[in-house]
Amino acid sequence: MLKTFKLGGIHPRENKLSAGEKIKALPIPEQVVIPLSQHIGAPATPVVQKGDTVKTGQLIAQAAGFVSANIHSSVSGTVTAIDYVTDASGLSKLAITIKVEEDEWIPEIDKNNKFLPNITLSKEEIIKAIANAGIVGMGGATFPTQVKLTPPPGNKAEFLIINGVECEPYLTSDHQVMLEKAEEIIVGIQSLMKAIDAKKAIIGIENNKEDAIEHFQQIANRVLGIEICPLKIQYPQGGEKQLIQATIGRSVASGALPISVGAVVQNIGTAFAVYEAVMKHKPLFERVVTVTGKSVKSPGNYLCRIGTPISQLIAAAGGLPDDTSKVIGGGPMMGRSMINIDSPITKGTSGVLIINEKEAARKTARNCIRCGKCVSVCTMGLEPYLLEKLAVTNMLESLEIEKVMDCIECGSCSYTCPAARPLLDYIRLGKGRTATMIRNRK
Amino acid sequence: MNKLFISPSPHIHSGDSIEKNMYGVLIALIPALLCSILLFGIGAIIVSLTAVLSCLFFEYMIQTFLLKKRASIFDGSAIITGLLLAFNVPSNLPVWIIIIGALVAIGIGKMSFGGLGCNIFNPALVGRVFLLISFPVQMTTWPLVEGISTAYIDAQTGATPLALLKEALHTGQSVSDFLTSETFIGYRSMLLGNIGGSLGEGSAIAILIGFCYMLFRKIITWHIPVSIFATVIVFAGILHLSNPDQFVDPFFHLLSGGMMLGAIFMATDYVTSPMSQKGMIIFGVGIGILTVVIRVFGAYPEGMSFAILIMNAFTPLINRYCKPTRFA
Repeated sequence: MLKTFKLGGIHPRENKLSAGEKIKALPIPEQVVIPLSQHIGAPATPVVQKGDTVKTGQLIAQAAGFVSANIHSSVSGTVTAIDYVTDASGLSKLAITIKVEEDEWIPEIDKNNKFLPNITLSKEEIIKAIANAGIVGMGGATFPTQVKLTPPPGNKAEFLIINGVECEPYLTSDHQVMLEKAEEIIVGIQSLMKAIDAKKAIIGIENNKEDAIEHFQQIANRVLGIEICPLKIQYPQGGEKQLIQATIGRSVASGALPISVGAVVQNIGTAFAVYEAVMKHKPLFERVVTVTGKSVKSPGNYLCRIGTPISQLIAAAGGLPDDTSKVIGGGPMMGRSMINIDSPITKGTSGVLIINEKEAARKTARNCIRCGKCVSVCTMGLEPYLLEKLAVTNMLESLEIEKVMDCIECGSCSYTCPAARPLLDYIRLGKGRTATMIRNRK
Repeated sequence: MNKLFISPSPHIHSGDSIEKNMYGVLIALIPALLCSILLFGIGAIIVSLTAVLSCLFFEYMIQTFLLKKRASIFDGSAIITGLLLAFNVPSNLPVWIIIIGALVAIGIGKMSFGGLGCNIFNPALVGRVFLLISFPVQMTTWPLVEGISTAYIDAQTGATPLALLKEALHTGQSVSDFLTSETFIGYRSMLLGNIGGSLGEGSAIAILIGFCYMLFRKIITWHIPVSIFATVIVFAGILHLSNPDQFVDPFFHLLSGGMMLGAIFMATDYVTSPMSQKGMIIFGVGIGILTVVIRVFGAYPEGMSFAILIMNAFTPLINRYCKPTRFA
């Protein structure tokens, strides 16, 4: 029996249309817009000025505080503006605009494609290299990686868990990176293990990526301490707590961090970025993005420079289809719909999904028929129907008692509801208000 | 450029709907319906059609003229209520009584609470119990099974095994006397469906086929029916072992009366059963105990409908105190 997490879960149609598509480099655009806040935490502080010339890989904004990340130029050219731009959600965000002249990389980066397997850096040097490279969690949460690698005092990491689950339908970028960059990823994992002193690393991969599992098993055999863990296909297995439960059978308590059970979780894409940072001194300024959708002409996986307009990526996949209704940043279950497709690709953009009118149609919500399906799919063991009701009536204390703060917003409840109730919409609303209430109490 | 829509996640839906679930239940009821037509002939058709049509009619009228909203009679729930009501009455019940039953089921049992999803009690059972109390004679005069019969009102009548047993015990006979007497038709007939009784009580096998179908389609889970059966076996088993002359064995309980129909189709009604799996098991255990208590110690030979209705009333309480297992 394949391992998986214990409670709930769904199995939406996978629709991995771009599976097996080789990673292609997206042409460098004429101009990139690099937001200063591509991570959780404080926005980075610019260290360049308007009119400066920058090279590819040059630091253009510095981490502002412990939970923050460096930002590097993804192209070489002239800084034309440091100003507010409209981001994908329609909000104003500070960003550096660079007019592209050519593609001259800073000399520190080893542009050679040669595979380097021997880690020479010490534990501290690895963490420093990762922080310098501005690496963040590339699965979409964009939590600065060096912060996760420095656990609070008194905690010891036993396991490094690598998330190769990619449980969201449609997305294939992690899958393709696993197929094409497996050896590099293993070295990245070894660096991460060294950084946190973990003796064991487990790569969790869902069983729909058999080729990746096989590929990794062959390579991992030669490396001590790295284990491949094939997992049953079940959404939301990529959730941090779910993945830890599925791979090592430990449950992270409500409100606690993974390190409390001795686990540190990193994404496959992050492990690859770590390899490039540690072995090649290359900062994080490009990433693989899936562009897909049922009406998209040629879905694929592209290596994109950070700051490239999303519209350009869509153009590379055959342009925006006529029946487009929504453009999603991320996957269909947890991704955010975009209002502005000229906004840039950021470090957390794992995919761009174009949803056609047919798929986007929402049915009218009906009375709850109390079938209990939302309760049975909830992976956190909550009662979505009840949380929805409490959120509508704004009963915040009750919401707190019913553990609304544990909700990981995976969307399984809304996905399943036969009465098509927008359960998660209301729960998210209630969760936000409850969080404010809890903060104000302190 | 196209106009882009924005909305919160998730952006896809499973495609499951109320209709899919309701019509799934109806498909699961087909074997039992065919079986009842086979056993009770034209009467089964008349009763079923009357019940279903009048339920649809009353739901439409109430939604359109009293509640002034768009009628949703084809969501399948009214058809289920009608069919289950028909399954709970004798096949020679006069049409006007069925219509009254449908009015009570839909009007009082369902619509007065606010329609689908809001009712506390299973509408079909509300209708059935109302009829049982109001028309005790008509409701307990069952036509005998005579193969495919075309007679509707004038068919020969008799009692159900449960009623026969109750009467036998009342007149001083022991259980074994009854089981070996000529009035008892035997377990095989009870399993395959050759007994007097309400429409849907005919064949346990036909209902179990429907159960398998619903499990396969994931319309219901096993928790409620299995916990009812297990409780009946354990509780009636203890009684039987303590005094085999006074108390009949658990398999008689399982195969007789509305046990199968109630446990599989009535107790599992989405709206009136608990949400969490733990809650479902408590609900099932409650129904099992109450059914046996009513059958063995009560005045009525059959206790399934009362047991389900009583436990329906406990459902909000069970939901309140039976939280699902949290993640950690």
